[in-house]
This record gives sequence, structure tokens and C-alpha cells, in this order.
Amino acid sequence: MVTKNRSPYRAVLLILVLICGMVAPAMAAEPIRIGALVSATGPASFLGDPELKTLEMYVERINASGGVIGRPLRLFHYDDGGNANEARNFANRLLRSDRVDLIIGGSTTGTTMAAVPLVERAGRPMISMAGALVITEPVRPWIFKTPQSDRMAAERVLADMQSRGITGIGLISGTDGFGRSGREQTLAVAADFGIQVLADQTYGPQDTDMTAQLTRIRNTPGVQAVFNFGFGQGPAIVTRNYAHLGIELPFYQSHGVASDRFLDLAGSAAEGVRLPASALLVPDALPDDDPQKQVVQDYKAAYEARWNLSVSTFGGYAYDALMLAVAAIEAAGTTEPEAVRSALEQIQGHVGVTGIFNMSPDDHNGLAPESFRLLEVRDGQWVLVD
Amino acid sequence: MALRLPERVPGLPVLALVLLLVPLFLGNEFHLDIATQIALIAATVVGLNLLVGYGGQVSLGHAAFFGMGAYASAILTGTYGWTSIPALLCGALLVAVLAWTLGRPILRLKGHYLSMATLGMGIIIAIVINNEGWLTGGPDGLAVEPLTVMGAELSIFDHYSLLGLEVSGALLWYGLAALLLLLAVWIAQNLVDSPIGRALRAVHGSEVAARVVGVDTSHYKLLIFVISAVYASVMGSFYAHYTGFITPQVASFEHSIELITMVVLGGMASTYGVILGAVLLMLLPQLLTDFQDYEMMMFGLILMLTMIFMPKGLLPTLSEAVRRLRPRPASAPASGQE
Repeated sequence: MVTKNRSPYRAVLLILVLICGMVAPAMAAEPIRIGALVSATGPASFLGDPELKTLEMYVERINASGGVIGRPLRLFHYDDGGNANEARNFANRLLRSDRVDLIIGGSTTGTTMAAVPLVERAGRPMISMAGALVITEPVRPWIFKTPQSDRMAAERVLADMQSRGITGIGLISGTDGFGRSGREQTLAVAADFGIQVLADQTYGPQDTDMTAQLTRIRNTPGVQAVFNFGFGQGPAIVTRNYAHLGIELPFYQSHGVASDRFLDLAGSAAEGVRLPASALLVPDALPDDDPQKQVVQDYKAAYEARWNLSVSTFGGYAYDALMLAVAAIEAAGTTEPEAVRSALEQIQGHVGVTGIFNMSPDDHNGLAPESFRLLEVRDGQWVLVD
Repeated sequence: MALRLPERVPGLPVLALVLLLVPLFLGNEFHLDIATQIALIAATVVGLNLLVGYGGQVSLGHAAFFGMGAYASAILTGTYGWTSIPALLCGALLVAVLAWTLGRPILRLKGHYLSMATLGMGIIIAIVINNEGWLTGGPDGLAVEPLTVMGAELSIFDHYSLLGLEVSGALLWYGLAALLLLLAVWIAQNLVDSPIGRALRAVHGSEVAARVVGVDTSHYKLLIFVISAVYASVMGSFYAHYTGFITPQVASFEHSIELITMVVLGGMASTYGVILGAVLLMLLPQLLTDFQDYEMMMFGLILMLTMIFMPKGLLPTLSEAVRRLRPRPASAPASGQE
């Protein structure tokens, strides 16, 4: 009944029907268009996945309670897989095709920086969830970020070392963007704390054994503590190797491993490890008069109830980004880009999960080093030290 | 219509026409942006196809050549203040020398040793780009200056007046990319139809037979390897200027595999086929975003089905199907056609 000639047309027709079915239903009131650029899959998925889940959850919640300035939020989100070029393309898509009012993302420094030229040109505020200092220094008018910079993490760790009377350390870091930038910042500020970096070792993101590097650090005379700057599984392996080698020196990690997953991966080897982290890891240990306590507890409870997963610091960055955006739009009373941008710049005393934000035209991050809490692992749990 | 274009048909004018018409169907600047990138990558793949489809050799490190071109342009124009064209030529020369050095000993050997060598080289170059942060910006990437031609800057963000018309930089860039693609195809086809191409096809068919009739096989293989590497380098340079930001991912092993996949998917030894492969592989990530969590699964599925049902690649299989249909439309044999 069907000739071979006609079947291609049928196929085309079928595809068209399918495509039409996928187009989202029309919206009611004029929504506020929020774009999200996250690395939900790929090597940086441990950042992007909780970020996306957080954004989805809170957009739902905000819409259920009436939206922002009387308008619902609509989330356009794309997964760049940690690839900077994809991120650039999706940023372009958000700006030109979806015509978003504001962008949240990207998850990593590379994906953020790839999108920055387009975002600046289009003149839409962007709130990054990536760590490196280069994103907000020098200050770019349209670019903001929620995590503390890596320099702040280094300063927090070095300050704690200083208070313990340590003057010489061994540094070990990953060769990925996070570790490399962290290493540079540590080397740059170590002298300010009277600390000498005596050994400087690195490891690749895929390495499975760092015994050699640690042995070299152990054999360096004068090393009183070891600091590992890295993220992903590398730091967990370093921690295990550290325990196997029986090194007795104080061991510090960076905020790159501030999630419960690190405890699972490193196991009992993590005992005694210190690191700077946001308050989110120890919501119940915070004193009752801590302004962040309520926010952090609420976010943790909501996230864990909704997704049945343990909360991570990275999701907190997304929470803060969305809440800063909402606060700025409410303050501006409009989604007009320049008004939102300058409202973001004027945010003061905004209590978030990561810290208390005090933005200014010279500071598009707005966090103080105190927003990092110093934690120690004791009996497989995070304990607040400072 | 492109389906009815086996060899010997004026493919180039048709391609030119398609490239000319594409902007009319694009809704916004984002689409134009993707189209421009596709044209640049397609031109790279046309070069790679010379090696894979006609030279019978597989390069698993072509993205490294692409990345070297990109970084040469980025560094020479950004850090050292060169203009774009000398930087591009310098990058291409560097890549040519590297490819020649690498290919000369290796291509004397029989078998797929070039794949191994390019695989190793590609990974080494990716590591160097990652590690030499002082020069390349490291894993966080590097911003690239806009393209400058004869003192004029071509930025996607600006507008230009051309013959009295106001034209956006994005459209001009698309035009440039389309021209580059046409040029790439034109050169490739001339190569294929030249004595070099005939010699290469002889090598591809049977290297022993080719040697017996007096073809200097290793010389021709080396030549085509260098040419295809230079293709990648030049397109890498343009790509860097166009996107304005590059990371070591452009030179990564994954990107090499992506380029090879475009060739295999589109149809080896079919210049227009590999363009189709590039279009498909570049568009899929954008089209599949609606599937969200299933995006990667859909992507894999499409690739698998194509390879199972169209082992020769998209265009060769389709054009064969069409050709088989034409003479006897009603009673074509019932084999797996789309």
C-alpha cells in the first residue's frame, strides 16, 4: 500500500509531529527568564549536578509562592558537560535564542570564562558558580560570582597554620585548573603568613597513586605540615596515600573536597584532615546566634528531602546565585539588565549558604575570608574548629 | 537534493548555493553562530578526510594540529602583538614541520603505525598546552583577539558597511567561513583528481600493487598527511579568532575522536559526506537538549544506528539508495532504506 517513494515523506512528517510535541506549552504571565549554564555531566558533574538540582527545586518553590515581582520564573538550562566551547555556544543560545534576563553559571572557571565575552557584549548579568579569582578580578561590570575565591581558601589555611606555629610546608596540587590556580595563589600569599613552601609537588587529574610525591615531601627537611590543593578524586587518593605512608604531620585540604563524598572516598584515612569549607557542611555545629545557621539548615533540609541525596557545597553556590538574582530583581523592581546589574552591585548583608554577601562596584564576589569555616575530620564526621 | 550528487556532479556550485541560502533560514544570531562553527569544522574534516578516505591512514591526533593552529594564533596575536595572517601562517608552518617530522619515519612502515604516532603526539601536545600555563593560560583557557585583515578588525560584535549595506560582523564571519569551506572543498577535489589523488587511491587499494607500478607510496602518504594537518591548523586559527576564547579541549583526544567520527559517520572518501557528518555531529548536541537526561543516550543511539545500518557512512549510503530507486521507482529491492 505504501510505495517506497512515499515513505521518506511519511518519515519527515512523523519527525515534524514529534518535534511539535516537544515544544513547551505557552506561558501565562510574562515570565522572568533565568538562564542556567551548568556542567551537569562529564568530569565536573559533581559541581553541575547539585547546582542544577538546586536551581530546579528553588525555581519550583519560588513559582509556587507567587514568583518574583509578581512574575513567575522560567528556567532555561543547558548542560555543557564541562566543555568550554559547548559552554560558549550554550551561553550564546541563552542570550540570543532564549533571550534570558540573567545567567547563572558556569560551573567551572573554564566554562565561565568562555562565556564571559558574549555575556559582557550582550549586557546581561551573569552570576558564576566557579572559584578562580580571575572571574571577578579585574572586576567586569556584568560578571558576579558566589563561591569564595581560591586565594581566600589559601589564606584561611595558611592563617590556621600560622596560628599553630608552622613556618615550613609541603604543597601538593592537582594539575587541573582548580589545583593550578590554587597552587599559584598559595605560593603568592604564603610569605604574608611567614610560611615557606619548601616542597611543591603536583599530580594529574587521572593519577591513581601519589606515594612518590608524598615521599618526596616527607623527605624534605623543615616541612611541618602538608597542604593539598585539588578537587575530584585526586585529593582522596592523596589522603589515603598519606595515611599509608604514616606521615604524622598536620594535613590540610582545600575547599575543593568539601563534600561528604570525600569522607566516603578517603575513609578512615581522612581522620585529622583540616580544610576550609562553607558552613553548609556543619549546619548543626554552628552556634545559635550565627546568622547563617537558619539559612543553611533550611537549604540542607529542603535539598535532602527533595532529592534524597546528601547536600554539597556546590549546590549551595547555585542557591546563593539564584537568591542573589531574586534579591536584585526585587530591589530593582524590573528585569531591565542595567537596573538588575546595579542592584546586584549594591547588595549588602545578604545572608547566603556560602557566606554573607556584601557586594560593591569593586567587589563582585562580596565574601570575606571568615565565610570559610575551618573544619576537621573526627570519627568520620566534620567538626567545626574555627 | 544534495543526495543525488555522486562524484563528477558539479557539487561545488550546489554547496555554494546551499551555503548562500542557509542564512535565509536562520532565525537569529545564535543559529548563524552555530552555522559558522560548523563550516569551520567541516573544512577541517574535509582535510582529515583526505588522509583517512584517500590516504587510507587514520590520524587520532588531528585535534592537536587544530589546537596548535588555534594556540599559535592566540598567542602570537595576543601576547606578541602579531597580526592575524602572519600568525596563522606561522602556526601552519609549525604544524607542517611537525607533521612532516612525525610522518617521515612512520609512513615508511606498513600498517596503522600513524594512528599510534598521532595518538601519542596528540596527547603530548594536549598535556603541553595544559601545563605551560604561562604561555597558554593552562586549563582555564585563553582569550583570543578578533581577526584582523589588512588593518581591519573583523569582530562578530560589530557592524560593517559593505557596498553601501549594513552588515553584521556575525554575517560577515559566516561568509568568511563559508568561503573557507568552499576553498577547502575545491582544493581537496583538485587534489583527489590530480595524479596525487590517483596515486593515493592506488595506495589505498593495494599498497604493494601501487609500489609495483612505480608509485612512491610513502612520499604521497607523507604529502597528504602534511596537507591534512595544515588544513586543521589553518581552520584552528580561524576558529580561535572566531570564538574568541580557547581551552586545551580544542586539542584534546576527545576532539580528535569527534573529528574522526564526523569522517566515518558522513562517509569516508566522500567530501560532501564528511561535511554532512560535521553538520550532524555539531547540531546534535543542540537539537538533543530537549531530551535532557537522555541526551547522551540519544547521541550514542544515533551513532550506533547509523553505523549499523549505514556502514559506508551517511551520504554514500543515501546516494546509493537514491540511485537504486531512480530507474525502477516502484519495484526497488526491499533492503533497509530510510
